[in-house]
Amino acid sequence: MSGQGIGQIVVYAVVLTALGYPLGIWMAKVYTAERLPLGSVERGFLRLVGARREQDWKGYAKTVLVFTIPFFLLLYLIQRIQGHLFLNPDKLAGVPSHISFNTAASFITNTNWQYYGGEYTMSYLTQMAGLAVQNFISAAVGMAVLAAVVRGISRRSRNEIGSFWQDLYRTCVYILLPLAVILSVILISQGVVQTFHGHATATTIEGGKQLIARGPAASQIAIKQLGTNGGGFYNSNSAVPFENATGLSNFFELLAILLIPAGQVFMFGRMVMARRHAWMVFAAMFVVFVIGVGVNLPAEQHGSAVLRSSGVNITQGHGQSGGNMSDKEVRFGQAASTNWTVATSDASNGSVNSGFDAQTPAGGAVPLVNLFLGEVIFGGVGSGLYGMFFYIVIAVFVAGLMVGRTPEWLGKKIEAREIKLAALGALFVPTMVLTLTALAVVTKGGLASIYNSGVHGFTESLYAYDSQSNNNGSAFAGYGATNFSASFGAIAMLFGRFVPLIAALALGGSLATKKTVPESAGTFRTDGGTFVVLLIGVIALTAGLMIFPALTLGPIVEGLMH
Amino acid sequence: MWRDLRGAVVAIVVLTLALGFAYPAVMTGFAQVAFKDKANGSLITRDGKVVGSKLAAQDFKSPKYFHERPSGTSPAYNAGATTFANLGPTNPDLAKNVKAAAAAILKLEGPYNPGLVIGDIPVDAVTTSASGIDPDISPAYAALQSKRVAAVRHLPLSTVQKLIDQNTDGRSLGFFGEPGVNVLELNLALDKESGS
Repeated sequence: MSGQGIGQIVVYAVVLTALGYPLGIWMAKVYTAERLPLGSVERGFLRLVGARREQDWKGYAKTVLVFTIPFFLLLYLIQRIQGHLFLNPDKLAGVPSHISFNTAASFITNTNWQYYGGEYTMSYLTQMAGLAVQNFISAAVGMAVLAAVVRGISRRSRNEIGSFWQDLYRTCVYILLPLAVILSVILISQGVVQTFHGHATATTIEGGKQLIARGPAASQIAIKQLGTNGGGFYNSNSAVPFENATGLSNFFELLAILLIPAGQVFMFGRMVMARRHAWMVFAAMFVVFVIGVGVNLPAEQHGSAVLRSSGVNITQGHGQSGGNMSDKEVRFGQAASTNWTVATSDASNGSVNSGFDAQTPAGGAVPLVNLFLGEVIFGGVGSGLYGMFFYIVIAVFVAGLMVGRTPEWLGKKIEAREIKLAALGALFVPTMVLTLTALAVVTKGGLASIYNSGVHGFTESLYAYDSQSNNNGSAFAGYGATNFSASFGAIAMLFGRFVPLIAALALGGSLATKKTVPESAGTFRTDGGTFVVLLIGVIALTAGLMIFPALTLGPIVEGLMH
Repeated sequence: MWRDLRGAVVAIVVLTLALGFAYPAVMTGFAQVAFKDKANGSLITRDGKVVGSKLAAQDFKSPKYFHERPSGTSPAYNAGATTFANLGPTNPDLAKNVKAAAAAILKLEGPYNPGLVIGDIPVDAVTTSASGIDPDISPAYAALQSKRVAAVRHLPLSTVQKLIDQNTDGRSLGFFGEPGVNVLELNLALDKESGS
């Protein structure tokens, strides 16, 4: 851990906040303004899809669900028949059915778990018109839902929380697309490929043949980072130089992971007119982010027991970054790899610039736990903050119990219905993770997916269902596809996406119908440091305690084996 | 329900055309005009033939060349099918591979570096990269190999060191990431220097 390395992470945090804040102001405007520039195009789109008026939460949820079905079918179909379609210069065959099924579920749910290697499985058509479109759409769905929930919180005695079609359109056109264009240009300038030519063939210096996979990658990587998707154009994701060429491209891809989720916290603050409260939520997220860095970086820099006892030089300095360089790239070194590991697992991004399977037990436990917290530390675009709302409601409820008053949040009374929805939203996914992992490690089909034997194999399995259920998509990538694990994972992703999403909409809908109550001396203040501590405590006590037994069976035992 | 479904089908068509075709096509057009070489894979040609990419490691075995980091792809340095090696930190294969790699380096570099011990080998030299095609080695590993390359090529060590410096990509903007020595470019520069 050099000062230089830590400096990179500090600069990252500063730039993230400095850009996230104005983006948040802009997003609040996008979701509240009557009219935006080019309004006639928007009206044309809304007429085309037959959108009429604002919806209540049930109507909104129904449109989201129905909207998703044809996308799922199309994505499945494109993969199956890509061999007969155009934009396939490398003549790749159709994708097997269980992989197509898992991948379709993976991309419509903003997960981007990958049981395939992009550059040798998916044609350019599938990547562009299938996967990359879903990178936009699944992100936009999460962001639209968040906008609707926040609108619900900010309204009084109303049933409507917004129009899904309008939120979807505005998210794509006024937020995602402009940012994706900017990021694409930056990435292309750094050497990320963007071409319709098929692979290149080189005759190497020593006379061998080398295939070099290419494609329209930069445009897809831009949105995969911004939309917390994470599905790589290449198998090794953003570790591959053609996908992430330099220290600078790495910095911008890294920034894109948390940019929108961080901005959404400020957007929320403006839309509900509680900016101090939003800063406190931001602070709680930031603290957990820092803890992740504080555990992962020293662990990786210290290196694994195997590397330490091998006798090679793992000390930082004298021309090397040192530490655990297994499945890491020289141009990133330890600090930029740690920064990515923590950011991608705090958010539901799941892209990687190093291999998690090879991280030290303590280092690899960081993303494992981050996922399990439900991706609420900044979190997925949209889904992160609405996931955090569940914890906030629980925190306010706990505070209410302590002082013996009906809890309030932003002037709304929190009653039995809200508590139930919040508990459902916060506990459903962790419960599913543990159940699926338990099934996966006692069944033949589940065990067949494991690559590293012993304790580490258990961690691989846990991580797989942790990642898919929470719609992250990163992996202890040795864990391979079988019919069993692909189908099991698809189910995890679908339920992990839509149960909390519907719970959040119901919560927003429920709050929208309430009157606001005036703040009194007994109201628990949510705009101070006490709230930050309470919120972190609630997260640690709910999700943290749930994963602890599994953690002892995996990384903790492995760490003790050293 | 049916109304939503009809809207969804219309939206699929519109959004796929705009985001799945127009957007990548426009970006590709821009890339091919403004950054043609980079956008097509930073290919390197010698005598009119493509010999590789600046961004992909390739297999160097001859002692007159700098060698790359180990690779987990199959075959090694497969830029058409990248992969991590995925060996967990307690996997016995990891220990075996590291040991074998270190022994090979000691055997290869030992004669040119009297008194070389395992503690002189930087860790990136014995570990797989994440992509399997990491084009860089650490400056420390380049320094370790420089004496062999200079001796085999009958070049002054200072010349080899100069070429290493010229083919080291520093941190971006002097700040982001870590410095790395691009092995393919370095080896091409050496061939040019040796006149072969």
